[in-house]
Amino acid sequence: MANIKLKRGFDINIKGKPQKEVSTLKSRTYAVTPTDFFGISPIPKLLVNVGDEVKAGDPLFFDKKNPDILHVAPVSGEVVEIKRGDKRAIGEVVILADDKMTYRPLERMRISSASREEVVKHMLATGCWPFLRQRPYNVIADPEVTPKHIFISGFDNAPLAPDYDFVMEGQKEDFQAGIEVLKKLTSGKVHLSVNGKSTPSKTYAEAKGIELHTVSGPHPSSCVGVQIHHISPIAKGQVVWTINPQDVLVLGRVFNHGQFNTERFIAVGGTHVAKPQYFRTYLGASVESLTANNLTGNHVRFISGNVLTGTKIAQNEHLGFFHHQLSVIEEGDRYELFGWLLPSYPRPSLSRTFTGFLSPSKEYAVNTNTHGEHRAMVLTGAYEEVTPMDILPMQLLKAIITNNLDLMEGLGIYEVVEEDLALCEFVCPSKTDVQHILRNGLEMMREQS
Amino acid sequence: MKFLRDQLDKIKPLTAKNPFLHTAYDAFETFLFAPKTVTSGAGVHIRDGLDLKRTMVSVVLALQLCLLFGIFNIGHQHFAAYGLFTGYTDGLLYKILYGLFQLLPIIIVTHVVGLGIEFYFASKKGHAVEEGFLVSGMLIPLIMPPDLPLWMLALSVAFAVVIAKEAFGGTGMNLLNIALTARVFVFFAYPTDISGDTVWVSYDYNILHKLFGLDALTAGKSLIDGFSGATPLALAAKGGWEAVTQQYSVAQMFWGDIPGSVGEMCKPAIIAGVIMLIVTGIGSWQIMLSMVAGLLVTGFIFNGVASAIPDAAPFLAVPFYYHLIMGSFLFAMAYMATDPVTATQTQTGKWVYGFMIGVVGMIVRVMNPAYPEGWMLAILFMNVFAPLIDHFVIEANIKRRLKRSHA
Repeated sequence: MANIKLKRGFDINIKGKPQKEVSTLKSRTYAVTPTDFFGISPIPKLLVNVGDEVKAGDPLFFDKKNPDILHVAPVSGEVVEIKRGDKRAIGEVVILADDKMTYRPLERMRISSASREEVVKHMLATGCWPFLRQRPYNVIADPEVTPKHIFISGFDNAPLAPDYDFVMEGQKEDFQAGIEVLKKLTSGKVHLSVNGKSTPSKTYAEAKGIELHTVSGPHPSSCVGVQIHHISPIAKGQVVWTINPQDVLVLGRVFNHGQFNTERFIAVGGTHVAKPQYFRTYLGASVESLTANNLTGNHVRFISGNVLTGTKIAQNEHLGFFHHQLSVIEEGDRYELFGWLLPSYPRPSLSRTFTGFLSPSKEYAVNTNTHGEHRAMVLTGAYEEVTPMDILPMQLLKAIITNNLDLMEGLGIYEVVEEDLALCEFVCPSKTDVQHILRNGLEMMREQS
Repeated sequence: MKFLRDQLDKIKPLTAKNPFLHTAYDAFETFLFAPKTVTSGAGVHIRDGLDLKRTMVSVVLALQLCLLFGIFNIGHQHFAAYGLFTGYTDGLLYKILYGLFQLLPIIIVTHVVGLGIEFYFASKKGHAVEEGFLVSGMLIPLIMPPDLPLWMLALSVAFAVVIAKEAFGGTGMNLLNIALTARVFVFFAYPTDISGDTVWVSYDYNILHKLFGLDALTAGKSLIDGFSGATPLALAAKGGWEAVTQQYSVAQMFWGDIPGSVGEMCKPAIIAGVIMLIVTGIGSWQIMLSMVAGLLVTGFIFNGVASAIPDAAPFLAVPFYYHLIMGSFLFAMAYMATDPVTATQTQTGKWVYGFMIGVVGMIVRVMNPAYPEGWMLAILFMNVFAPLIDHFVIEANIKRRLKRSHA
């Protein structure tokens, strides 16, 4: 148990924070998107065709390199569309949901008496394996490997993120069952970090068999990579796994109730959402249903996930596999006279060259404008201010740009993924694509290993 | 705004064929209008309001008080040398006009030469014009002697921009501070024109006197008796603190009523700039603080040496805290050492970098018999060493990581 207090970081306050009101939402369609997973081939092997009826938990596709890891349907219904992207890569597998959900009956398993092998096999077969992600690289966990530890970040303080203490309330049994499963998988411990600034949900506080840590500080303190760095950093050759708390619940339900039940809370927020709130729905809900009659403009960007790390999606697409929030903000494609000198509207900034720093709790109506052009890296110090780790972000990036593998390794590339350094990209005055560079570096290292 | 935008959109196609015109158009367009580009959708979706233009212009704004005082002081020192208008506000208009007549050509020549080269290189490389010269272009006039011939100025700016900057790849890539490179070029190429005691006051420009109708005042007058025009540092090198105080009071040195380079004299103006740089987060307070520490520690040691050795150089005995307000220390600390491109890039490195500038600068200032000011050389020296300091910080980070994994 550690009590971690982080100072560096930056909280961006955006208008349209989701209020703690929950509506149950039955999305018309749901989808699973293969490109949500790093490291799987762009054309996985499909197990269904358009027109097929599926139950929740029926397999949809698998990666040809890892045929054991099944990706399954989150809801029951008819496969209505298989979207193809560039070079016939599979975009989305879309399911038109039934009125009444039916689950594929799964074998129920007593976790306490099951062996690790049985648990792994069951997880692979039931489709809950892809929830586990491996550090380094943030790819789907390798079933052949036993991780050093498993880490769960029990909160999220990214802009407009769901409040997990609220979301997890009353889910104690499923969560505990999920934890029991995870404990089978690792030779080390299952670490859960809760927000040191609020009273954790009972689901967390009363969970057994975990290492509970409190972490406080501005974003990115909720990023699991930052927490790992302070709890038990990843060295070369080591592997740890991570999983989102809402996905732990799915795991628990599979073993407890024998159903692949992805029910979850999705936070919908942003500047152009009329009524920012939570929806109780299933994995892969459609943007159309999440925003129906709830938008205050049409020149907007839909982001699956948060504004720092999420994916831009179209209104007819669906929320990503690992995303628990939908952010809707204005597209900022307009000129601004002397915008660099005399901004015509307030905007968030780490620097104190705007008056906003005098009122830190002010909420901003942000948009997607880059607020400047791309330049060579000139300023120093800003990245470090938002990186609460013993990592030199700018030097790491320069090592990646120069393809210096040894230096990347030495400077800790195994310890970070995009979300951990996303704020560096936000604050960068030279508008560098930090996350893109980092992903290139991670892929380079993965190819080498 | 709409009208302006429409006009720009009309001109745009005309510039498409010529790379130089296109670069120039792009520079002016992005100067007038923040571009409408949006985030790509793959990384972050929102960006910080700060960009390089705003960063650079913040430094330029922080320099404005120094500039205003510099204009006044050129005129003030000029007339003081003739024994005219000795009160601060006496003949204020004349002083300001005289200062402007001296300084405006310097500012214009600096920008025409510097930006001209920047535009040329940018169009050759097919890049946008980068903003680095906004700051260099304002710093260079402020660190030159007021009566520097304009052709020397033009040559030094060209040298600095081409050799120190563009040869390395432009803004963000240079190893040496651009403004200081221009200054050091003048210093080593034309030593007789810049290193004398009296170059810091401008005497010439009799044509200006005609223009103002001041002929009657200065006609037949020569420099007043006892006027030397020597800077406090030149005096300290010869006779220590005593010699300085015979000619200048501490208040004079603090408020800037002394001859010297244009912008570095008025300490309150610089301190206001420092506060602005630190509050906005544009200037590194770590470098500034450690540089002050380096100066004080070295000055303190020198004082100790002076009291231990009776016939030591008199400069050694100058009380260490007075070094803070002598010469160009504060200006160099605020605007030169904090240049993010040429300073160390690691946060730990900044402490070492600043401290070492303080130490080296004091050694040059006090121990060097020929040239009684050290910051230009100290900062350039440490610019060269900055990558080495960073290297050690990076190695330490790597070692810590290795050690942790073995533990």
